[in-house]
Amino acid sequence: MKGAGHRLAAAGSAALVATSVLAGCGSGDGGITINVYKYPQESFQKIVDRCNDEADGYRIVYHKLPREADGQREQLVRRLAAEDTGMDVMALDVTWTAELAKAGWIKEFTGSAKSQVENGTLETPLDTARYEGKLYGAPDNTNVQLLWYRSDLVPTPPKTWDEMIELGSQLKKQGKPGLVEAQGKQYEGLVVLFNTLVNSAGGTILDENGTKAVVDDKAVKALEVLKKFATSDVVDPSFSNFAEDDARLAMEGGKAAFMLNWPFVYAAAQKKPEFAANFKWAPYPSIDGSDAKVTVGGLNYAVSSFTTHSEQSFDAVSCLRSAESQKFAAINDGVPPTIESVYDDPEMAKPYPMKEAILETLKNASVRPRTPAYQNVSTVISTILSPPANIDPRATADRLREELQDALDSKGVLP
Amino acid sequence: MSHAVTQETGTPPPKRDAKAKAAISEGKKAERRLGLLLCAPAVIVMAAVAGWPIIYSVWLSLQRYDLKFPDRQEFVGLDNYVTVLSSPYWWNAMWITVVITVVSVVIELVLGMVLALVMHRTLVGRGIVRTSTLIPYGIVTVVAAFSWRYAWTPGTGYLAETIAGGEPVLTQKIPALLVVVLAEIWKTTPFMALLLMAGLALVPDDLLKAAAMDGANAWQRFTKVMVPVMKPAILVALLFRTLDAFRIFDNLFVLTGGSQGTTSVSMVTYNNLIKGLNLGIGSTMSVLIFIAVAVIAFIFIKLFGTAAPGSDNGGRR
Repeated sequence: MKGAGHRLAAAGSAALVATSVLAGCGSGDGGITINVYKYPQESFQKIVDRCNDEADGYRIVYHKLPREADGQREQLVRRLAAEDTGMDVMALDVTWTAELAKAGWIKEFTGSAKSQVENGTLETPLDTARYEGKLYGAPDNTNVQLLWYRSDLVPTPPKTWDEMIELGSQLKKQGKPGLVEAQGKQYEGLVVLFNTLVNSAGGTILDENGTKAVVDDKAVKALEVLKKFATSDVVDPSFSNFAEDDARLAMEGGKAAFMLNWPFVYAAAQKKPEFAANFKWAPYPSIDGSDAKVTVGGLNYAVSSFTTHSEQSFDAVSCLRSAESQKFAAINDGVPPTIESVYDDPEMAKPYPMKEAILETLKNASVRPRTPAYQNVSTVISTILSPPANIDPRATADRLREELQDALDSKGVLP
Repeated sequence: MSHAVTQETGTPPPKRDAKAKAAISEGKKAERRLGLLLCAPAVIVMAAVAGWPIIYSVWLSLQRYDLKFPDRQEFVGLDNYVTVLSSPYWWNAMWITVVITVVSVVIELVLGMVLALVMHRTLVGRGIVRTSTLIPYGIVTVVAAFSWRYAWTPGTGYLAETIAGGEPVLTQKIPALLVVVLAEIWKTTPFMALLLMAGLALVPDDLLKAAAMDGANAWQRFTKVMVPVMKPAILVALLFRTLDAFRIFDNLFVLTGGSQGTTSVSMVTYNNLIKGLNLGIGSTMSVLIFIAVAVIAFIFIKLFGTAAPGSDNGGRR
């Protein structure tokens, strides 16, 4: 009954599924094909090729998912709902684990596969792959935002939000660029910012089980900080429309002294040597002077529940995320590894000078709310917080609590 | 086809006697049976691909059914309808959809009529004029929407730099809606023009000449002669476009993605059904859209007297 329901529910994707199943079976040589679905990552085919050389009795085929996270998730969930056997391994955003695990669409890592994944992997990324105490994913890469600043304008980077706003304000009074760039557009980036602030303030969005919306007083404090920033004189006028790349371009354009962004901005800045010379990084600013709890991003590999080659799929995952693969991806694609020893590799020093800061931030990092309804939770948060300048801390918190609870109970309507 | 049959059998010459009449109705019966048999495969296929999904989505709309929580499935009666109909997001989307529909259809009707008249009157290069008018309609909507998006994006687009003065118009509600309406009009005015041109072809030249002889000026000839004769064609064109515009999805999806409160009802449904995997709420919304579309069609056909597609008299009056 359940299976039939899913199949009918996904009737719209029948054609898509049919073609992909055909493609999956079309290996021709009669050997086992492991179909891996991942976002278009530039050097990934080389990693696949190397794993194919090592593979015993199967061949990995890399299928590219859409570039944007929403598109990736949509394609994956539609095919999983239709119980597509043509997908074996999938690269999942860290926020999707709970949803797919709860629906029974991805396999749990047990036994040797589990111990292999847990061995030497950083705790926070590993935590994103867990749901209800079980391991459902193998962390491939992780990500945390840092504070980026211009060392020609700011000799010592600020430790807190208040200091940062104050410093920027002073710079502006002296007629120098003093803006702070961040992501305030109505999308996941705003949720990342909010989650970092709430966790840094010691607050909670959802309870431990992800079944109850909490949004406590500390979360109200976080909303106050966001509101203060969004209405200060150091916020970029386009803050409420800015995603990661918009912020980067504004910083490179010379308008800003500070930026909160992912480490990819370092590689991008190297194309402008005179800018890169003064482009420095520091740990993310906190709210009260202690460590900030920065939201962790990244990607985990999961094995589909509908694969017919379970053993080979887990084997393929262990090669695709091996220390060697992660080092290759870090150097060529700039994505931070999840295996701690990779950071100590001497080859990492040049392309990854900020690796210490990343490693340090990762140790205090926070995970976004863990619930099967994450997509709904995220949509509700970004809708209610947008634009950030209109936040009324207490009222906004009440509205968040109410609408988040509806989303968790599958009662509410998604905007 | 059916017109031809009614024409032949429906008007028997008065001289025929009762016996002949019976024979004819017997033949008619046989014809009916054959007709039904010939229709049967198509009807069965239609029932399977159209009827069943409709029934199934009504059934789904009465349940709490979220693919993320497969163990929480239960029958909830009309709860989902209460949830959707009391949601500000749904009503905002409905409002946006109605505004887009009305504004774009009205402008399309006016522009379409002008284009139709131009195409109808053109003596030289009629083929070229018609072809070039139809080009926007021939371009895939998503492709066209992407070029509009880039054109309105500061830094990459000529429209953003020239008309909008470098402002990101797609990031503000009202300007973004204007761009969406513009894209809709650009895209579907040719379709409107084509349907109206078919109507124009029905206006007998003699009527216009007679009106001109009686001293009617061009405007009077248009409003008193052409429009009444064309009325069926105009209403069909309006009906098609209204139903189409009401279900707007692709242009909005590409241009704004529904941000800044620019979601249409189809997009809200998509967000709940496909992104949110909430089959209950999503199906409720599709049933509501289905009802809305049925109401629009009812208003047009019953109140305005639009000839339903297939029941028109093929131009005979």
